Amino acid sequence: MFSIERWQEIFEGLYKNKLRTALTGVSVASGIFILVILLGAGNGIQNGIQSQFEKDAANQISVWPGVTKTEYKGLGVGREVQLRNADYDLASTLFKDYIEYKSAIFSVWSGNIVYKKETGTYRVEGVHPDYQFIENASIVKGRYINHSDNSNYEKNVIIGQKVATDLFKNGEEPLGQELNVSGMIYKVVGVYTDPGGEREESRVFIPISTAQKAYSAGDSIRSMSFTMRTSSDFDTAVAESNEFTKKLETFLKARHTVAPDDDGGIFINNSLEQAKNIYIITGGVKAFFWFVGICTIIAGVVGVGNIMLIIVKERTKEIGIRKALGASPFSIITMILQEAVFITVIAGFSGLIFGLVVWEVVAPHVEADFFTRPEVDFNVAITTLIILIVAGAFAGFVPAYRAAKIRPIVALRGE
Amino acid sequence: MIEIKDLHKSYQMGKNALHVLKGINFNVKEGEFVSIMGSSGSGKSTLLNIIGILDEADQGSYTLDNVPIKNLNETIASQYRNKFLGFVFQSFNLINYKTALDNVALPLYYQGMARKERMERSMHYLEKVGLANWAKHLPNELSGGQKQRVAIARALASDPKVLLADEPTGALDTKTSYEVMDLIQQINDEGKTVLVVTHEPDIAEMTKRIVFLKDGQIESDKLVNQIRASQYV
Repeated sequence: MFSIERWQEIFEGLYKNKLRTALTGVSVASGIFILVILLGAGNGIQNGIQSQFEKDAANQISVWPGVTKTEYKGLGVGREVQLRNADYDLASTLFKDYIEYKSAIFSVWSGNIVYKKETGTYRVEGVHPDYQFIENASIVKGRYINHSDNSNYEKNVIIGQKVATDLFKNGEEPLGQELNVSGMIYKVVGVYTDPGGEREESRVFIPISTAQKAYSAGDSIRSMSFTMRTSSDFDTAVAESNEFTKKLETFLKARHTVAPDDDGGIFINNSLEQAKNIYIITGGVKAFFWFVGICTIIAGVVGVGNIMLIIVKERTKEIGIRKALGASPFSIITMILQEAVFITVIAGFSGLIFGLVVWEVVAPHVEADFFTRPEVDFNVAITTLIILIVAGAFAGFVPAYRAAKIRPIVALRGE
Repeated sequence: MIEIKDLHKSYQMGKNALHVLKGINFNVKEGEFVSIMGSSGSGKSTLLNIIGILDEADQGSYTLDNVPIKNLNETIASQYRNKFLGFVFQSFNLINYKTALDNVALPLYYQGMARKERMERSMHYLEKVGLANWAKHLPNELSGGQKQRVAIARALASDPKVLLADEPTGALDTKTSYEVMDLIQQINDEGKTVLVVTHEPDIAEMTKRIVFLKDGQIESDKLVNQIRASQYV
């Protein structure tokens, strides 16, 4: 199989039939090229999504209470759990190693807001200063809630851009104006914008201390949100946020006498866990690309097989001559197989290199949301190469078998 | 060298069996120069194919150089062809993308001979047929007579026991035919057993024994006085 003699024999055959060899190669080369491009794109999408989640405050963990579903320590079913300032304060201290930003929230779903003759219904949320970063909001004018707002029960309000355009017609300056929010007068100190769009911008924020007072809530809060400190890589981040979620849940359930297996008393949403699901989808996309790529290669291989069949047909006489001169069926089979594998591998390899070069050239210019750093790594290249060799053998098998079956007497007759 | 007893061969043609060889008894001793003649359909090519181990008889026995040729698998058959037989065809059957030298070297390649020795030996046989200067030429750069001489060199390269020629002059003009026959006669003079299938009486006259085949049976088998082709060249 590996004798130099046989290779010389094959090279000669291929060299003397340059056009045929080239045409045969093109189908495989394009198949591999497409596979490489697809896999590169798949990686690009994965990297893109990854960087999106790393950039945003996607590592958010939100907690809100519910109604218990199981009896626990003599307490009945259907008990409403109420989170309080103390829960938030304790959790913040206890888990400060995990936490980057933190905020308790006391929100009112629909607050009636009036400015002069304009009126509207918006969500009102009492929050801590960190909430800006949790929400990923940026300030357009003025400032966000600060600590002194909270400690002094200031009646200041930060409004979303949508609220500003709704209430302040004719380009009136909102900053410093007084707003009537659910019957109390607040001063507008800031306007924010949110990547979440109009829905997210249809809210107003006030200090949580003020909100609790205004809505006679005492020390109760509706929910709390945390973001995780950044980790070295995504997998660690997921692991750490899961760990934090677990600890927070245990802590809160213990404080509120909720059964550890009760899934109704305390809800904790871990956005990183959701991000992970998106990665699974990305994995699906990649699998799909592999599938399409492999199908393309199969098409290429069938093409090679087809051409090899034609070659065998065309060389029937030659094979007959070789057999008459003493070529064994085995030597004919290996000749055809080796030729098929050789063509497939060389052609496929050029397709692979070409694909890699294209990504090398194109990749630096591609920068879009959810699509960055399209690239094909070494392992993928090796895998493709193995696929190629196997594919070549498949492509050559039927033609080689046909060739071995050629009877010299039949081949030499047709004159 | 060749012993054939009661050989039968028939071909299936659709529903009808075509009985081509109907009991052939035929012996060839070493160094003989035999021509097999007969009209088309007489079975002469079939007989040559069976002798050449390209085809197998239905009945009867065939012994080549004391080796019984029976129920061989393809691999053994190819080895025997390589070792015992040299073929010359009417249509030359050279591989058109190989040079004259490479064509001659092909049987030696299948013997597993090393390249250097193979090339030396092939060159020697090309010299023998007078084509040493054409060694690097492709078949389509050669004349018909030259092609046939390359084919003869190829047939001789593996030093076979028997040279089988199927209408070796069928595609050549008279003058070239005689040149080729002259070459074959010289090969026979050196002691090689030669079998020629032909339907040309003048070619048959240049062998030493003529076997007539008619309807699958031997009609006559007689020794003749060989006419040397060299006197026409």
